[in-house]
Amino acid sequence: MPGDRSAGRSLWLRIRRNGGLYLLMIPAMIIFICFTYLPMYGIVIAFKNFKPARGILGSEWAGLRYFKKYFSSYMFSNTIRNTLVISIYTILVTFPLPILIALMCNQMYAKRFKKFFQVSTYLPHFISTVVMCGMIVLFLSPSSGVIPKLLGYIGVQTGDLMGKASAFSSIYVWTEAWQHVGWDSIMYIAALSAVDPQLYEAAVVDGANKWQKMRSIDIPLLMPTAVVLFILRAGSVMSVGFEKVYLLQNDLNISASEIISTYVYKMGLKSNQYSYSAAIGLFNNVVNFILLLSVNFIAGKMGDTSLF
Amino acid sequence: MTTVPVRRHNHVRRLASDRVFDGVLYTIAAILTLTALYPMYFIIIASISDPSLVAQGKILLLPRGVTLEGYEHLASMKNLWVGYGNTILYTIAGTAIMLVVNIPVAYALSRRDLVGRRWFTLFFVFPMFFGGGLIPTFIIINNWFHLLDTFTVMVLPFSVIAYYIIVARTFFQSSLPAELWDAAQIDGCGNLRYFFTIVLPLSKAIISVIALWAAVGHWNSYFNALIYLRTADRYPLQLVMRNILINNEVVSNAMTGSAAAELNRKANLIKYGAIVVSSLPIMCMYPFVQKYFNQGVMIGALKG
Repeated sequence: MPGDRSAGRSLWLRIRRNGGLYLLMIPAMIIFICFTYLPMYGIVIAFKNFKPARGILGSEWAGLRYFKKYFSSYMFSNTIRNTLVISIYTILVTFPLPILIALMCNQMYAKRFKKFFQVSTYLPHFISTVVMCGMIVLFLSPSSGVIPKLLGYIGVQTGDLMGKASAFSSIYVWTEAWQHVGWDSIMYIAALSAVDPQLYEAAVVDGANKWQKMRSIDIPLLMPTAVVLFILRAGSVMSVGFEKVYLLQNDLNISASEIISTYVYKMGLKSNQYSYSAAIGLFNNVVNFILLLSVNFIAGKMGDTSLF
Repeated sequence: MTTVPVRRHNHVRRLASDRVFDGVLYTIAAILTLTALYPMYFIIIASISDPSLVAQGKILLLPRGVTLEGYEHLASMKNLWVGYGNTILYTIAGTAIMLVVNIPVAYALSRRDLVGRRWFTLFFVFPMFFGGGLIPTFIIINNWFHLLDTFTVMVLPFSVIAYYIIVARTFFQSSLPAELWDAAQIDGCGNLRYFFTIVLPLSKAIISVIALWAAVGHWNSYFNALIYLRTADRYPLQLVMRNILINNEVVSNAMTGSAAAELNRKANLIKYGAIVVSSLPIMCMYPFVQKYFNQGVMIGALKG
């Protein structure tokens, strides 16, 4: 009997024996094909002159026209600059802070206080984006906001912060930090809880104080986790979430707050320039994908911390 | 005899530098705790205080000129309660669908004897890194499936979440011993019966974690509604909240004259109240379930 046929038959047997497992995957696969993989096919409209009446197949080809249109428009440098500024600023602030919080948590021996500290710093994470942005607008309002009032008591005049383009990225980033830094520390706290207590005991015997223990035990231990998370973040440097930026935008700060994703939304769904918008979205996706592959490659070179 | 020295040893001699360290540590922690909690506390006191005192910056620690006008007005806002009802429906249906589609996939992918496991995993994970984007997705959903402005679009198309699948798969891999499946097989138990009668009852922890994540996600989301809904009667709570908080609809929908001026005075009071009302369910639930959330993140942190 030829070897490959029996191999084929035993493969078929192995598949049949686990037929039930394939059934378990069917619902999710159908949903994924319809609503995730078909839209990937829909990307072709970026290269066509899409008219809803003619459909995706019936529309005429447009080649790279819409990509050229974006690259030569003044919004190109504007949206890319704003996206990068907000994104890099966010990483610089919200990447190190969770590590600090985890280090602090790990040094707290007052159990109940520690618990209270954790629960209250996690809490803002559960506020919805809409409510968060509503709070920002209310708190910063020049006429009735609590923050301009508090700053006024110590003699700082802020004016209308939401109307200042130069303040936009700071508002975005620091509120982001307020909301998510506690939550993001969980991963590091988990990593720290895996420290062998004997290391600390040995350090105490050697006369180390808490600061020295933190510096030479905790921080080196967190480095691998931190590197992986940093690489992940670096790979998504060109993607800033639509939801919060869109809600915080107004006519006065738009020069600093128009990012790629909000521009895609406005071009596509507000002005119905489907193909143009799809082209910008595709450009952004491809850049993100390349960035992620390259950082993953770098990570693989640096050690065995690659993602795939 | 032996217990005494051990005790003394545990009661680590406190170095002077440690006392400074602890002082700094607990001070910073206290400031951070206050920073996290105060804005939320302020919202609550501002929602029951005289709005003009709030506007003058005179309400900082305790409510003054206590009034329930804001909540009374909210009670009469029909669109808010319609949104509330819609969100409850979307959350229940959406969470149920997410569990039904994601948990079985996660289990199937956790089985090492699944032929084609790598390819199926790639199929589910790849869209985390590359996707069609907003407009192609919109066109497929609108022009091909005609789901624009339906209940279905809020609960079905985006119910497969690769991250949930990965976390649940990691859980199944690490907590279900392979011997269990071997034993069940010897007893003549098939895959499906094993999954429904043995795996699911043993996996309550991960099911609750995914259910909580999904429920919070549905409760807090506004993006899909913004893109795919057109009729105000179908709006979820968060979209109504956007109209109240960001688009200022409390005031602009009102008539002119003294009624408008009165509403203008109350506008912020209403907004603070709306924040409390919309966030209440999650904030009340949170202390009881936060344990599960943490567990979930930890399971996710174990790289699968």
